[in-house]
Amino acid sequence: MMTLLKRYWAVIRRPSVHFSLGFLTIGGFIGGILFWGAFNTAMELTNTEKFCTGCHEMRDNVFAELQSTIHYTNRSGVRAVCSDCHVPHNWTDKIARKMQASKEVWGKIFGTISTPEKFQAKRLELAQHEWSRLKANDSLECRNCHNYDSMDFTRQSLRAQNMHATYLANKEKTCIDCHKGIAHRLPHIPPGQGPSDSPGQLVPVPVASVAGKQ
Amino acid sequence: MQFIRTLGLLLLLGVGAASAQPVSQHFYDKARGPTPILESTKPPVLGNAINDDVRRTRNYAMQPPIIPHRVDGYQVDKNFNKCLDCHARSKAEIYQAVPVSITHYMTRDGDMLAQVSTRRYFCMQCHVSQEPVRPLVNNTFMDVDALMLQSVRNSSPGNGKPQKKN
Repeated sequence: MMTLLKRYWAVIRRPSVHFSLGFLTIGGFIGGILFWGAFNTAMELTNTEKFCTGCHEMRDNVFAELQSTIHYTNRSGVRAVCSDCHVPHNWTDKIARKMQASKEVWGKIFGTISTPEKFQAKRLELAQHEWSRLKANDSLECRNCHNYDSMDFTRQSLRAQNMHATYLANKEKTCIDCHKGIAHRLPHIPPGQGPSDSPGQLVPVPVASVAGKQ
Repeated sequence: MQFIRTLGLLLLLGVGAASAQPVSQHFYDKARGPTPILESTKPPVLGNAINDDVRRTRNYAMQPPIIPHRVDGYQVDKNFNKCLDCHARSKAEIYQAVPVSITHYMTRDGDMLAQVSTRRYFCMQCHVSQEPVRPLVNNTFMDVDALMLQSVRNSSPGNGKPQKKN
């Protein structure tokens, strides 16, 4: 047993003595591909709805609330899963978010929100995290599917046209300023703590010429 | 005597039989359609509420105005009131939505509060959206404007009946 280990250790310590350069290079290349594939597959598994709703905190609270909303069931059947809104799509931000998710693992282990009462108590703070994230990236996750340039205003209702043509066009407001609560229930928002009240975008300009009319 | 009694009984039975003829060939009800009472109707297809943001004339002065847009999934509970998110008086300039009237700030004794009164907090107890369907029953209600117009017309010089106008 020890001789076996000693042999392996000798190869690992100085591989170029035992293997050719070509073997090491190409083998390393293929090994890297395999590793990257496995890493990515595992990470994308953590983006599935099945994984997210594996925790009862998510399944019984926010997922249950989602099921009656338009992002879950609608006339076209196009729906969003948890990661579509809560995990950034580009790689660097995604990895950053996955590293932040270690806090959620901690929360699961120590039961930070394991009862409905604890969840409701912490709800505003969690929501504010999401609002500030969306305000900071200008609702990037919303725009992953809802492309402003592709919006056909003639298909929208009058008040939607008015709002989108003004506040969304000049980027004074972002999606969640008005559409907060579209996917999950809202907690009680004390005055001054809603997403519209928090900074994170362009400084609002005076809107004396708002085109909204009834 | 016996013969007359039997004749009378036969006559009654005959009349009873004649009136028991089913007359439901032309059954029609405004709510049910032609489906007979003993059968189940097919429910009408669901539609969406009107969404054109056009204000409607009210039927009487204090009628809560109908909601001219869709309100599917709007959260109105003790945590958040989605209606007030746009219709609050402080948001009037941002969203240009009709702000809640000051009657919503009054207690039942008429005292003014600083916030929307709890008795007026749940909007959809009084305000409803409308589906674009025709009414089932003809409505002959005349509000006070129509009544006054009618009385003015009645008192026009054409029929020589002077009436007092308020």
